[in-house]
Amino acid sequence: MLSLRGLTRRFGGLTAVDRIDLDLARSELVSIIGPNGAGKTTLFNLVTGLDRPDAGQVSLDGQAITGFSPERLADEGIARTFQLGRVFGNLSVMENVLIGAHRRLRAVRPSLPLIGPLLELGLALWRPASVRAEEEQLREEARAILARFGERLLPRIDQPAYSLSYANRRRVEIARALALKPRLLLLDEPTAGMNPTETSEMQALIAELKAEGLTILLIEHKLDMVMRLSDRVIVMDEGQKIAEGAGEDVRNDPKVIEAYLGHGSSQPADERETAA
Amino acid sequence: MTSWLDYTINGLIVGNVYALVAVGLALIFGVSRLINFAQGSIYLVGAYIGWVAVVELRTPLFITILLVAAASALVGLIIERFGLRPLQNSVRIAPLLATIGISFVLDQIVMLTFSPNPRALPSQLPDIRFQIGGGTIGSLDILIACVGITSALLLFLFLRYSKLGWAIRATAQDRDAAMQMGVDVNRVNQAVFGIAAALGGLSGMLVGMYYNQIDTAMSLQATLKGVVAEVAGGAGNVPGAIAGGLLLGLVESYGVAIFGTSYRNLFAFLLLILVLFLRPNGLFARARQAPPEPLTGTFIAPSRPIRTPRWALVTAFAVFALLPFLPVSSYVLQTLINAWLFAMLALSLTLVAGTLGQVSLGHAALLAIGAYTSALLSLDLSVPVGMAIIGGGLVSAALGTLLISPSFRLRGHYVSIATLAIGEIVSLVILNWEPVTRGPIGISGIPPLSLFGVELVSAASVYWFSFAVMVLLALLQVRLLGSHIGRSFRAIRDDDVAARAYGLSLNRYKALAFIFGGFAAGVSGGIAAHLYSYINHETFNTQQSILALTIVILGGLGNVAGAIVGSVALVGLPEVFRIAAEYRILIYGIALLLLVRFRPQGLLGTI
Repeated sequence: MLSLRGLTRRFGGLTAVDRIDLDLARSELVSIIGPNGAGKTTLFNLVTGLDRPDAGQVSLDGQAITGFSPERLADEGIARTFQLGRVFGNLSVMENVLIGAHRRLRAVRPSLPLIGPLLELGLALWRPASVRAEEEQLREEARAILARFGERLLPRIDQPAYSLSYANRRRVEIARALALKPRLLLLDEPTAGMNPTETSEMQALIAELKAEGLTILLIEHKLDMVMRLSDRVIVMDEGQKIAEGAGEDVRNDPKVIEAYLGHGSSQPADERETAA
Repeated sequence: MTSWLDYTINGLIVGNVYALVAVGLALIFGVSRLINFAQGSIYLVGAYIGWVAVVELRTPLFITILLVAAASALVGLIIERFGLRPLQNSVRIAPLLATIGISFVLDQIVMLTFSPNPRALPSQLPDIRFQIGGGTIGSLDILIACVGITSALLLFLFLRYSKLGWAIRATAQDRDAAMQMGVDVNRVNQAVFGIAAALGGLSGMLVGMYYNQIDTAMSLQATLKGVVAEVAGGAGNVPGAIAGGLLLGLVESYGVAIFGTSYRNLFAFLLLILVLFLRPNGLFARARQAPPEPLTGTFIAPSRPIRTPRWALVTAFAVFALLPFLPVSSYVLQTLINAWLFAMLALSLTLVAGTLGQVSLGHAALLAIGAYTSALLSLDLSVPVGMAIIGGGLVSAALGTLLISPSFRLRGHYVSIATLAIGEIVSLVILNWEPVTRGPIGISGIPPLSLFGVELVSAASVYWFSFAVMVLLALLQVRLLGSHIGRSFRAIRDDDVAARAYGLSLNRYKALAFIFGGFAAGVSGGIAAHLYSYINHETFNTQQSILALTIVILGGLGNVAGAIVGSVALVGLPEVFRIAAEYRILIYGIALLLLVRFRPQGLLGTI
């Protein structure tokens, strides 16, 4: 459903993403791994519209979406989480998840040109029954999504996100992404900074989402998890795709081993990478 | 007719002065990503120190220059040490607000010390003019050019060859990396503020000599011009700032040549808006920069708002609603009417600056649009006053949103600059659009407030009217905040990148906030116009914008009850204590500084 062709992004002299081709089938889970600075997050930014490619095309279910704005892509059903975690700090857990469901507000956001926004303002103030019902339904859904994280988030549903632990903020991010009802979910290091228990919880959740048929693109450093979850693994280094295939094949590919251990001293001995 | 060469020379000389201010701003922006709104105040201080030196101490020119540079640098160091360093680990909005507060405090201190009347600042140079081609160049022009070139050269050598200069450039490139390499960032900040202040003070003195006049209104203009030059050159770009300054000088000079003096400032602000709109990274920036660093909700202080219990709100409402029945003087009622009018403005600003995170510094322009619309509708088109006020609100909502829309793509401090400039443009248009606005004469004989044909004569009836309108607007705003729109506003404020990734259109929601807020502010302006019966282009000025901002910070960003409490406190208390008008702005400035330092979330907390 997602297809990248020759996607390229340069920053000055550095080519952060270099002619990447990628195809993702419906309900497939593909992981992107690679050393820090390999261009994985930049690739995500190109797919989600936060950055624009210098060359190449992105298409979703056959529709060209290259260079679309992030809000437009959210409307197309692409949801993502961020590497460093970007929750809305002063919004409650519930409100964060409801923002995820924003694109699904229909009754309160009439899709009319020009007067649409004014009607939206009027409806938000007036709140007829249809608007209230829609909001209540989305809140129900948000509660159901939060319930997937067990007792991690439900008791904190009305707390501002800034007061949550780091792991819980990452969970809120994923809950927010799920509230969008995505066609395609991009997860950028969902378990970064989590302890083993939290990591295995997250892994179970992602496996559940995969089983439900969600199409997922995952950036992750914890190779054990990548091997267990992925249908396919793509390895990036210095902006290029250096290997692609089933988990074990990729793991034993000499180019991959060199990328992680080889070339010079610039690679930090990241615990998360060596742990795998 | 003066020749084009003269206009060019004049433009370059004035541009030289702007460049000096802009270079200081660029240095500060480079190392601390802060737009120093107090730069114009240092320029003012420099001009007055120059006056003391020349007129009182009768120092020779060279000593005057050294004295002004040294004294201004000292002011800069004090600002850095006591105003900004304590805020280093604070939220991004804090230093911005602090420099605004500092600028008001400094301006008021100068005004109270020297009186607001203009003074002459003689140049101490023989008045010789040289003929060059078709134009002439005076000795003072040469002095300004020399000071400009010498400072640029000294700065270049300093940044290029001294260790501290390297540290400054390293910090500007990557603050964290510089710190890790052992650069003392505090010392860098100190150096930068000292240099920027010395340059700012010098330029103030030179401009004073150039026009042979100094007055306290110079400060805001200088900040604006410096910022325009700096932004045009690309924020943080020192050579760019020099080029931007010269460009601004030329644009103004040619503009004046073609259209006349009263349009001088308009060109500066139009240039700013144009640059911000077309090339927000400056005229000399390369096309696309690396994507911004992720920031998570660091713009405003996180806090839990204090929930005002319902009974307290109802009691307060009842007390204020019944107040005219109690034996209170009409003076108290007048003061509170004023407080309610400010509360409407503060409601508008707390929505835009607090809930949405767009710190508008030109909010008084919305008052002005509402006031002029309402006054002209009732005077020229005989619209009933009640309808005219609503008309004022609607026009302010529509026009205000339209004018501010170029700033929608900007972030953080840039929004403040853009709104400040837009506010100035509105006031300049009012001044110059004589056929409609009656120009500098203002509008007099505006019909008094009336409702359904009944004039509101007594203080009590005006009180009830303004109180009722304010409460109505506040309730509407509470309802808005409780809707998905309120949630969307706050999400955009906390993280606009994540908000966009979830389908929130920034333009749409920023426009909605300004439409809603513009209406409240316009209604406030409309009521004020009919209450005062006379308005002109200076009735609604930057001081009111700053007072509104202080009210908003005091009450708590985005906090509706806080905006009302803050208005009563800041408008009412000075009246209660009978504080003379000239000290009030000083007090507002100090209040703003103390709040930012000790209670950034305000009395009732950020929502």
